Amino acid sequence: MTQPFFRQKDEMLSERPPPASTVGIIGWLRSNLFSNWINTSLTLLSLYILWMAVPSLIEWAFIKAQLSGDDRFACSEDGACWAWLDQRIGQFLYGLYPAKETWRINIAFVLLFPALAPWLIDNIPGKKWLRWYSIFYPFIAAWLLVGGWFGIIEGVTTNNLGGFALNLTVGLAGIVLSLPIGIMLALGRQSRLPLIRWFSVIFIETVRGVPLITLLFVSNILLPIFLPPDVALDAVIRVIIMVSAFASAYMAEVIRGGLQAIPKGQYEAASAMGLGYWQSMRLIILPQALKISIPGIVNTFIGLFKDTTLVIVIGLFDILGIANAMVSNPDWLGLSSETYVFVSLFFFAVCFSMSRYSMRLERKLDTDKR
Amino acid sequence: MPSTENQENANPNGPSIKIEGLNKWFGSFHVLRDINLDVNHGERIVVCGPSGSGKSTLIRCINRLEEHQEGKIVVDGFHLTNDLKQIDAVRSEVGMVFQSFNLFPHLTVLENCTLAPIWVRKQPKREAEAAAMEYLERVKIPEQANKFPGQLSGGQQQRVAIARSLCMKPKIMLFDEPTSALDPEMIKEVLDVMVDLAESGMTMLVVTHEMGFASQVADRVIFMDEGQIIEQNTPQEFFNNPQSDRTKLFLSQILSH
Ligand SMILES: Nc1ncnc2c1ncn2[C@@H]1O[C@H](COP(=O)(O)OP(=O)(O)OP(=O)(O)O)[C@@H](O)[C@H]1O
Ligand SMILES: [Mg+2]
Repeated sequence: MTQPFFRQKDEMLSERPPPASTVGIIGWLRSNLFSNWINTSLTLLSLYILWMAVPSLIEWAFIKAQLSGDDRFACSEDGACWAWLDQRIGQFLYGLYPAKETWRINIAFVLLFPALAPWLIDNIPGKKWLRWYSIFYPFIAAWLLVGGWFGIIEGVTTNNLGGFALNLTVGLAGIVLSLPIGIMLALGRQSRLPLIRWFSVIFIETVRGVPLITLLFVSNILLPIFLPPDVALDAVIRVIIMVSAFASAYMAEVIRGGLQAIPKGQYEAASAMGLGYWQSMRLIILPQALKISIPGIVNTFIGLFKDTTLVIVIGLFDILGIANAMVSNPDWLGLSSETYVFVSLFFFAVCFSMSRYSMRLERKLDTDKR
Repeated sequence: MPSTENQENANPNGPSIKIEGLNKWFGSFHVLRDINLDVNHGERIVVCGPSGSGKSTLIRCINRLEEHQEGKIVVDGFHLTNDLKQIDAVRSEVGMVFQSFNLFPHLTVLENCTLAPIWVRKQPKREAEAAAMEYLERVKIPEQANKFPGQLSGGQQQRVAIARSLCMKPKIMLFDEPTSALDPEMIKEVLDVMVDLAESGMTMLVVTHEMGFASQVADRVIFMDEGQIIEQNTPQEFFNNPQSDRTKLFLSQILSH
């Protein structure tokens, strides 16, 4: 038998702060980096690797680097050679777009941000108007990039659109198209109507079952089948269609995974209160399914964005195509490290931003632990 | 209110729910067998019976969460057939409370309650919110209105689910084992709300094994086994004077613990 036990009121323990070794920087270091011997040795190993790599990388990229010069012979042997940047940066950004017209791309780029804002930021004034604006933005941008205007502004053929501007154009268009198409395909695959279900399954499986590069190669044979005769499709439009179709097929499967994770009770509760199919999907099922699918969706977006470099196979020069051309140019022969590091930074910046944004979104939508 | 030639006996003196010769199969499994049941306006019915006897299936047929193959179900004058209009009409008149609550986890308690009034009844948001607050007060959790379901206890969640159904101002409420997923100390708070609702004159069909609730509020207790209605009676007669052997066996089992 245990002894009966009680405390009188004047014996109650008062609150005291946690031990110093468990809070603050020391506490954090202790529990995260040096909690046991495995953790401690991993920490030390990582520090060693960083110590070896970072200083020499900085030395190569900045300290010993050559920043100016007319060709690679101006560069010393041991540092990076950035001399080409000055000459070539325009091509990396805009491709073969006429130099005196590049302001149009810049304006289109600046106008992009107010179009993205109402979808990405919660508390933004004039959200409703910005949403309307964002619906018109693709047309505004397309007109800025290629359209002409009464001879005052000249038309530009899309074949001249290149560099990172092309990656961004195709990537953004693909992202904006593939999400809704993917949602429709995912719903279609679960439809009770056989025709819709079969169409979705066939589309998803064929498109997902072949490499994107082959889709791009066959796009000029394949797409005209679905179009009226004598409509010639522009190369950039063709790429956008193919890249979006490809990403949509992946997207559909990612979202289907999310849909399957929603308990049957949610569908039942929605029907029991009289919501129709589209209402339950829009208000109940998709918000939850998309939330679960965020990691997969962003994964698909990132893959899509990097796949925009494949446009080279149909003769367009995106940033990677420009880089390839430059490293085989005798003036700058052998500068592949510098060039590809430079190109990677662009992709990394975009993909990493998407990843960070999605993590923030996931935390915000996590209604269980708020 | 939608009215079609299919609508019959919507007069307040006729039965609220009329089920005739109902048969249902899951594949080749005959889950409901020749069910006949009339529920009057304001009547409170408790359905009980062993697991797998078809209780859930029966009440889910009433708002067409399950489709039946034979027989006639008329709810508040609306014939349940494949006609989607009739189904929608019935669903907006009939509230349902599930064993597992089925609240929408991505919406706040208040949004859970206003969703159907806004989207199905097309009520203005302000009005729907005011009504929802009234019902949340009635189930005694107005202070939780802006929380998410995941932050509430089971008993609180089930009370929200009841309030959510009431917000559609249903004429009939169906309950499918509303307290079976709850810890004992929360069962009472949910039953209290249901007793309160019963006393307000709501037509209720309740699948439950809470025999205390049954004897307190039910007008009629229905005992089901193997997809059939075996016995129905007033609670006093049902508990004190069961007729069939199956009922006696069932009662001895559930009253023994
Ligand atoms: N969707 C379904 N498909 C096939 N069989 C089903 C389905 N739903 C229920 N059943 C079967 O029908 C029978 C009756 O199920 P029901 O859920 O109506 O029983 P219940 O009386 O509510 O039981 P419980 O007390 O366990 O909830 C059970 O044998 C069950 O396995
Ligand atoms: Mg059941």
